[in-house]
Parts: sequence; structure tokens; C-alpha cells
Amino acid sequence: MGTFHQDKGELHGITVLVTTAGPESWIGRCDTMMGEHVVLLGADRHHADQDEASLDEWVGKASMVGFFPRHERVLLPHAQVAAVRPLHEL
Amino acid sequence: MPYDPMLVAPMREELTRLGVQELLTATEVDDWFAQKSGSALLIINSVCGCAAGQARPAIAPALEHPVHPDRVATVFAGQDTEATARAREQFGDFPPSSPSMILFQDGELVHFVPRHRIESRSAEEIATELTGAFEKYQAASEA
Repeated sequence: MGTFHQDKGELHGITVLVTTAGPESWIGRCDTMMGEHVVLLGADRHHADQDEASLDEWVGKASMVGFFPRHERVLLPHAQVAAVRPLHEL
Repeated sequence: MPYDPMLVAPMREELTRLGVQELLTATEVDDWFAQKSGSALLIINSVCGCAAGQARPAIAPALEHPVHPDRVATVFAGQDTEATARAREQFGDFPPSSPSMILFQDGELVHFVPRHRIESRSAEEIATELTGAFEKYQAASEA
């Protein structure tokens, strides 16, 4: 899985769902997981306390039709990351 | 910023040699969408690796299927920006995604294959999804 740049991890170039220890979850194209952060490019965020849609609804819609890349680059410290899963597997 | 036209020419030809109509301007996009009857597939082409490795190679086997769209066209994201933007206006509720493939039946969007369902699948799997959609919506239109 992934494309080129093996030093960036096997999910490089793959669209992933990142859940965190807090209320935020992110969907974006994984750039790298190899440094101090999970780095997403072209990402969108779900906030469990602020968004009308549930996380399941938000992920379900993204799985069907994609998502709007509202954030150009997002850095998520590994300590805050609960799981990183390819969107196509959800 | 668009890539060198010489660099992307083979990426265009990979589709145009299959008979896919290239839409280079907003006017060409408008003309293509003006025809509503029948089935039509729009391919959003891209310079990225998954377009080269999976998206474009999926098109030839999909179009060889006995049931295939009446019309097939492509716009090139990041290259033909005016045409791509105009095409995306036709399905503005859907997030921009490149590469991607969009199937229309009688002018209505009926099936969408966004990038994340291309980047991690084989060309054969994508072609199978497309041909399944061709069959499903042709059967529905004939019912």
C-alpha cells in the first residue's frame, strides 16, 4: 500500500481517518507517520462536541463521496493519536 | 501551477487514444453537459501516482465491457483549470477529488468514484466497480 517515498511509512499517499484521544477526528491524505507527528495533507476535521453530524455519519459520507480539504496541512502529535485507518477500509 | 505540457502529454494520450473526449475549456464542458440523454462518464485526470497506476489503467478494460457509457470525457485537474472548475460546478455538492470518475445517467449523477477508492485499489478492482455501475444504471434506465 502507499506510493513511493518508503521513508514516509506505508500509508504515505493514502487517505486515512485519524481518531484522537479528544473530540477531534481527521480525514486527510497521509503524508508521513515517521516523525513526531502524523502529517495529513488536504484534511477535514470532525469535532464530536461541535458538529451536528455524528462521527459515524461524517465518516460514512466521506467514504461515499470524499471530503472537502479545508485544512491544507495538519500535524497531529503521536501522543494524541488513537488510531490511523485507511478510509477505504471503513 | 500546471506541469510542463510535454510531461503531461502521455497522461492525456493514455485516455484520448481510447476515444475519450478531452474537454479543455469551459465552453467544451458546457457543450458536453448540455447533452442530457443517455449515459456519460467523466474522468478527472491527475498527475498523481494513483492516476498513473490505477485510475487511467482502469479505463480501458471498463470501456471494453459490453455495457459502457454512450459518451466518455475527461478534464485534467491542475492542468486545464478552467475546464475542471466548470465541470466541478456540475456536481458542486461533491468534494473535489482527483483523480475521480463520475457516471451520469440522463444528466443525473448516479455513481462517483473518489480518489480514496482509487489510491488503494488495483486497476482491475476499479474497472469492476465501473462496469458494475454501467450495468446497474443501464438496466435501471431500460426498466
